[in-house]
Amino acid sequence: MTSRALILQCLQCALVFAGAPLLAGWVEQCRAWFGNRHGAGPLQPYRVLRKLWRKELVVAHAASWVFRTAPYLLVAAMIIAGSIVPLLAPIVPLAPAADAIALVGVFAFARMVSALAAMDIGTGFGSMGARREMLIGFLAEPALLMVLFTPALISHSTSLAVIVRQLTTTRLFLYPSMAFAASAYVMVLLAENARIPVDNPDTHLELTMIHGALHLEYAGRHLALMEWAGAIKLATYMAIGIALFLPWGMSATGSASGIALATGLLAVKMTAAGTALAAIETLLAKLRLFRVPEFLGTAFMVAVLGILVHFLLGT
Amino acid sequence: MPLFAQITNLLAALFLLVAFAMLAQRRIVHLINLYALQGGILALSIVAVGYGTHQESLYLSAALNGLLKVIVIPLILYRLVRRLGLAWNRENLLRVPTLLLVGLVLNIFAFDVALPIAHLAGTINRDTFGIALASVLLSLLMMIVRTTALTQVLGFLSLENGLIFAATSVTYGMPMMVELGIALDVIVGVFILGVFFFHIREEFDSLDLHRFDRHEE
Repeated sequence: MTSRALILQCLQCALVFAGAPLLAGWVEQCRAWFGNRHGAGPLQPYRVLRKLWRKELVVAHAASWVFRTAPYLLVAAMIIAGSIVPLLAPIVPLAPAADAIALVGVFAFARMVSALAAMDIGTGFGSMGARREMLIGFLAEPALLMVLFTPALISHSTSLAVIVRQLTTTRLFLYPSMAFAASAYVMVLLAENARIPVDNPDTHLELTMIHGALHLEYAGRHLALMEWAGAIKLATYMAIGIALFLPWGMSATGSASGIALATGLLAVKMTAAGTALAAIETLLAKLRLFRVPEFLGTAFMVAVLGILVHFLLGT
Repeated sequence: MPLFAQITNLLAALFLLVAFAMLAQRRIVHLINLYALQGGILALSIVAVGYGTHQESLYLSAALNGLLKVIVIPLILYRLVRRLGLAWNRENLLRVPTLLLVGLVLNIFAFDVALPIAHLAGTINRDTFGIALASVLLSLLMMIVRTTALTQVLGFLSLENGLIFAATSVTYGMPMMVELGIALDVIVGVFILGVFFFHIREEFDSLDLHRFDRHEE
């Protein structure tokens, strides 16, 4: 492990941790623009986090240690996930520590922690939100695994770093199976990050909430950490999507100029992905909860089709 | 692999995706849009194959298919839907997740069956025969599960798309006379079925074919 790789890893961790709220703010800003509103600017999540951080911490009487430790565990899991994904160069030292399947496991762990914490207090909305979250997770996870298998079959490895290296070094090639996998991935991303066709991120009506109901009992810096973890999760999902489907421009060796170029390109890709996400959210309406299995079933079907087409066409 | 072969493969994959979308689509108007899209993809892929093999007759076939399936038949169907008052009609009794899973199983079956057949063919795009066979089976499934006459006709038309696609992938299309004959048959069929829709509706007050069973007395 060279010192350069170590520096790169630290840089990536810092980038994911500090930059994630900016991405979330940008998505919100785009949604405001598409909805003919002014919006609060892409820096708004930082202001919200500062405000929440200063507020007094209020914890319910019935809360156990599960409730108290959940925000820290969530943020830790998300930072681990964010540092495994190749962001600027496929040489980060932590990348061989976990492959794509272990990454899905990290997300599943985070989901379990947040669901347990929501049920810990014992209020109706919290446990309802937890159950819905588990329902969506149970439907989205197979689809996500199937999506990851297509690039893994093409590059003969489930390690994200190897996949990125394979896709960036070989000549540009039209993979029909990758087009399928990419569209299924977008659907999984929408479901896992509680975006619009599945869940409304800024609803105030508890009965329609899924993700929001998990945070309902939190206040102060706990809430700030939960929001932060959500932003990092969105950024990590986008980073996985970029690494799998648009990896061009990443620095293969990790030289200083390559990293600078990769950072600039990453900013451009993230901005474009955030704008696209806001456009999808503006154009679609929220689905009824009982239509969500249909939505995620379609994602699963498209991902499996990608694998089948890969076997048939042999490309 | 040359670029046009990659494009043919991509178009074949899209063709299959549209076949799945038609299986799961509830609204009739969107179903007609998807049919037009499928026709367009079919015409484009015939053009790609024609370009790759330097066969001018395939351009003619592509033009015929494009004209018929992207413009003429969808227009006739839109008019029928409007006159029957079905514009916002939807079939609610469709269990989409189950259907998609059955479709996937059919798909695996078709890919498996097609592999030895495709090896016998000497065409450049023989790998796409599995996709053609799969979309034929999906159209058959669609005709089985749909309950109204109009959507079953759309399943039939999509079946014909799949057959033309299969012919293109195994033997670079059928002889021109056969293709012209099929085109004529399809368009006459759509006209006759259009007339039938009105008769069915007059007789049974609905296009739902399940009512036929109860009409014995």
